Amino acid sequence: MAVGTRVLETVGRARPGRLARAREWWEQEHVFGYSLIVPALALIAGLVAYPFAMAIYFSLSDYWVGSPGSFVGLQNFRDILGNEIFRQTVSNSFVFTIIAVILKAVLGIWLAMLLFRPLRFKRLIRGAVLLPWVIPTALSVLAWRWMFDSLYSVVNWTGIRLGLMNPPGPNWLGMADYAMSAVIAVNVWRGLPFFAIIVLAGLVSIPREYYEAAEVDGASSWGRFRHVTLPLLKPVLAVVILFSTIFTFSDFNIVQVLTAGGPVNTTHLFATFAYQMGLTGGNLGQGAAVSLFLFPLLAAIVFIQLRYIRKE
Amino acid sequence: MIVGVRSRGQRIRSSVFGWMNVLPYVFFALFPFYYMIITSLKKDTELYNLKAAPFLIQTGVITDHYWYLFFKTEFLTWMKNSLIISVTATAISLVISILAGYSLARLRFPGVSSFGTAVFITYLVPPTLLFLPLSQVVVWLGISDTIWALIVTYPTFLVPFSTWLLMGYFRTIPKEVEECALVDGASRMQTLTRIVLPMAIPGIVCVILFGFTLTWNEFTYALTFVSQSANKTAVVGVTADLIRGDIYYWGSLMAGAVVASLPIVVIYVWFLDYYVSGLTAGAVKG
Repeated sequence: MAVGTRVLETVGRARPGRLARAREWWEQEHVFGYSLIVPALALIAGLVAYPFAMAIYFSLSDYWVGSPGSFVGLQNFRDILGNEIFRQTVSNSFVFTIIAVILKAVLGIWLAMLLFRPLRFKRLIRGAVLLPWVIPTALSVLAWRWMFDSLYSVVNWTGIRLGLMNPPGPNWLGMADYAMSAVIAVNVWRGLPFFAIIVLAGLVSIPREYYEAAEVDGASSWGRFRHVTLPLLKPVLAVVILFSTIFTFSDFNIVQVLTAGGPVNTTHLFATFAYQMGLTGGNLGQGAAVSLFLFPLLAAIVFIQLRYIRKE
Repeated sequence: MIVGVRSRGQRIRSSVFGWMNVLPYVFFALFPFYYMIITSLKKDTELYNLKAAPFLIQTGVITDHYWYLFFKTEFLTWMKNSLIISVTATAISLVISILAGYSLARLRFPGVSSFGTAVFITYLVPPTLLFLPLSQVVVWLGISDTIWALIVTYPTFLVPFSTWLLMGYFRTIPKEVEECALVDGASRMQTLTRIVLPMAIPGIVCVILFGFTLTWNEFTYALTFVSQSANKTAVVGVTADLIRGDIYYWGSLMAGAVVASLPIVVIYVWFLDYYVSGLTAGAVKG
């Protein structure tokens, strides 16, 4: 922008009338406003909207890596819906998302209430609790993978010493149900801080007088939570739960690093299955069709956000 | 939730109760990092000994895994790539989103609210929805398998987020300040750079911190668009290229995880309050 102004100045020195007019034009609120959003809109159009249109085109063609395919209509979607692994992926995604989001919401509210109490070293504890959310996920999940190792698992070692498990303990990443619990546990570990910190901000904004009034009315601490805290937290909770649902449902990093969808596809989510199909397998058409299944949920959540939450 | 006056005993009991509940969380949150560090400093013989206690280092601290990482692998190249990519992508995104954020928050022109909505919707699009077509766009642009593939695509998630965050900060600046500058003969661009930006510095710091963190940590695009080892980022290099054959060398893997996390940890410890406020203001993806 600075360059643009300088160019105008040099041109203007020769013809002052034109400079003044150009500057006047540029200073108009709508001209200035539109020109400032051009770079952002170009980026969104070229690298978000256009790829999205391409994803739809891919999903309707038999496009393989390196060979532009022809239009095949809904064939890819028919193939996918008949695919055993895809049906497994759908059920995995729902189990994973529902359990993980509920756990994060319940534990997140509890943790936020604990952090809200007057406590020594508050800043230090807050910093520690938020750490899993800040560290590169792929790397911390690598540590979890080592913690769930089939032979040297520290989880099992501890469990056996405490008498909670029979040696050698569960093969966490090698058996279907255990693998799903491991993936959920890591997702909760990573997503909990996000919940807790935002709910905490919500708690801070509740006026003290409400609690005092409830106390005067003889409400128990559960009653205060149920009738004061929870209703006033509702808008904040709605936002966090919606955000968390989107990003849990579309998760890639945790599953890719921890199990890569295994054992026998029992932890595949849409993103990891699309990756396996479209890039490892090279079938871009069907891969794109798989990832487009994320879209209806996304659209529903965007709709709810715009309709109800941004209004408040 | 302390209301009214309470006795000393009550206060102590409440504090003990608080600690008893908070400590398990702190342990749960921090243990994987402790275990990362412990593993990276242990001898292989102890690491793969079923009888040894995994929580401790009993046969001596060694730095061999780190030496191996620095001098026998491409780790330092990956770190350099990550640094270049994160700094460049964050800088590009910052400029684009300052312009867009100011325009959307402060100027009035037809369509401004629908542009704001478009930015918000883009903000909610998860990267995993678009990585397949984007991998082809990157091929067509001729930047596939280079660090440019990531520098060009990272702004797609940084710009919507940063614009959104900055809009919030710009809105808090009193309009009269700008009007005064305009009346005094400043151009609109001068008003933005000399008056508004200095007042929005906390927001800009937040955008830089989150931009750097999100790009440094990014995994999906970095794994998908770059396959040549010399062009990988630190996160993908450690996760994918330190595994030789099918064998996991946990000592050097964890050493890589520790060093590649370090820049983020340092920035985080330094700017903790910015992270908390940015997280609450923007409800950052994650």
